[in-house]
Amino acid sequence: MKILVCLSKSPDTTSKIAFKDNNTLFEDAGVQWIINPYDEWYALVRAIELKEKDVSTTIHLITVGNADCDAIIRKALAIGGDEAIRINVQNNDSYYIAAQIAEVAKQNNYDLILTGKESIDYNTSSIGGTIAELLDMPFISLATKLVIEGSNAIVTRDIEGGEETAEVSLPLVLSCAKGMAEQRIPNMRGIMAARTKPLKVLEPAAIETFTSVVNYEVKPAKTSVKLIAADNVAELARLLHEEVKAF
Amino acid sequence: MSVLIFADQADGIIKKASFEALSYGNKVAALLDTTAEALVLGNVTDNVVTLGKYGISKVHTITDISLNHLDTQVYASLIAEAAGKTGATVVVFSQNQTGKAIAARVAAKLKAGLVAGACALPDVSSGFVVKKTVFSGKAYANISINTPIKVISLNPNSFPVTVAEGNAEVSVLNINIPESKVKVTNINKIVGEIPLTEADIVVSGGRGLRGPENWGMIEALAQSLHAALACSRPVADANWRPHHEHVGQTGYQIAPNLYIAIGISGAIQHLAGVNRSKVIVVINTDPEAPFFKSADYGIVGDAFVVVPKLTEEINKLIEKNSH
Ligand SMILES: Cc1cc2nc3c(=O)[nH]c(=O)nc-3n(C[C@H](O)[C@H](O)[C@H](O)COP(=O)(O)OP(=O)(O)OC[C@H]3O[C@@H](n4cnc5c(N)ncnc54)[C@H](O)[C@@H]3O)c2cc1C
Repeated sequence: MKILVCLSKSPDTTSKIAFKDNNTLFEDAGVQWIINPYDEWYALVRAIELKEKDVSTTIHLITVGNADCDAIIRKALAIGGDEAIRINVQNNDSYYIAAQIAEVAKQNNYDLILTGKESIDYNTSSIGGTIAELLDMPFISLATKLVIEGSNAIVTRDIEGGEETAEVSLPLVLSCAKGMAEQRIPNMRGIMAARTKPLKVLEPAAIETFTSVVNYEVKPAKTSVKLIAADNVAELARLLHEEVKAF
Repeated sequence: MSVLIFADQADGIIKKASFEALSYGNKVAALLDTTAEALVLGNVTDNVVTLGKYGISKVHTITDISLNHLDTQVYASLIAEAAGKTGATVVVFSQNQTGKAIAARVAAKLKAGLVAGACALPDVSSGFVVKKTVFSGKAYANISINTPIKVISLNPNSFPVTVAEGNAEVSVLNINIPESKVKVTNINKIVGEIPLTEADIVVSGGRGLRGPENWGMIEALAQSLHAALACSRPVADANWRPHHEHVGQTGYQIAPNLYIAIGISGAIQHLAGVNRSKVIVVINTDPEAPFFKSADYGIVGDAFVVVPKLTEEINKLIEKNSH
């Protein structure tokens, strides 16, 4: 089986979010880049687990971004995976990014393409669905369990207030959510091995962009909390009723 | 020309998040001086004529029962075709579980630019610019959609539902349904609880509550408010509460109208899942708890005293207002 895992780099959750150049660019000075957690914890680790069950599996990692991404790709390779591909271009349009990945996928006949459920920077949940559409494959989002049985996948996904399990034939695109796998810390052997694993850098295909960022705004801090004395709980009930209209 | 809003259903009932999307789509249509039309897939028990009250002039339906299961490939092809037939220049989704599954797919099919996670009406004064939340709710981006057709997926609980008088015309769309490659084998619904991701009000407990035996008062408060329950990660990790209640970066990301955090410190990874909530109430013994910085209302106090009292006061007001 051939698996493609899509990774994006994102600022660590604890990063200060600020913008520069008239709020048109993300201020990346001092930001620590990480592999987008959902891509790492769920998509990548599940792919590795599948390879551990069936050693004939190959895992390719792919990211669309500039050379800043190489460190996170090496980290991903240290966790697992056979080789990595970086498409050397920086772009924020999710269609553009997904279409670049789809171009690579067209040449490699992957059985399974995995993404995280969303990125923690742009939060669009759109890469997997777009890739699937461009490759005319089934796509299941927010998958929490994946079992491979021959040429079929049994996939469980979150639905509002519950979960749904379905059987789909491969090839397939999945976005992965909590439950799929558990975070793994790379060990020394993995880190050493990652140094010599191939990391191919490809130039982008000619793809159009459909959207562009005009500018960013930092969410204004809440003005200040309205504190209610602990011995005046009735006042909070009144505010919830009259101001918040909660009941 | 039209604005086409996808009205999502579960078990034959149109979801609350869809009413927000319908209201939003109606306002977008007004900005563009066109009509708002809706699309409903599958068999619904609601009378779709009533979607007129959200400003919808026409509801297109494809009532095949097989569509009560979401298959992204089938849905995308039907929605794209419906968009073509209705001459839609804007297609609106709710960014709920369904929207996350299909909005991008539909956009790709229509070669349309997508803003997923929108939180305000588009600015159409020059071009078409939509505001969305980014960085897990810590910032916004204004995104220009540069294609003739635009797809917007609206964050749940970010746009008010507006209701007026009116009935919609219903039109049955004649579109061939492609065969599904996804065979649903099992559905497991948690019964008797309000689903967390759909809830208007969420009552959430953290490690400050000391143990699972103390959740009775949390459940009682939730019951009075018709709220869903949530918890912090250590609480789920310790199996004090089920994993489907875990919110935060590693759990569910939610955006209810009201989030009540009890005995939760407000770590950044927790906030990443809840800071898009409209109103946040924090109850914590520690005045320095970081959560107070993100709160609208707060009580510095012991949950074991404050929470039962709060439930009592809320019940009193509910009782009083029912007369
Ligand atoms: C990569 C990563 C991902 C994470 N993801 C998540 C996530 O998704 N969700 C999440 O929640 N956390 C997550 N965390 C953990 C997070 O950093 C915090 O450790 C966690 O949120 C703390 O949970 P808590 O607030 O319940 O407990 P604590 O931090 O222990 O806080 C308990 C609070 O209760 C208060 N308290 C104590 N007694 C009382 C009382 N009697 N009445 C009222 N208040 C009282 C205390 O003052 C304190 O503020 C993640 C961490 C990492 C590193």
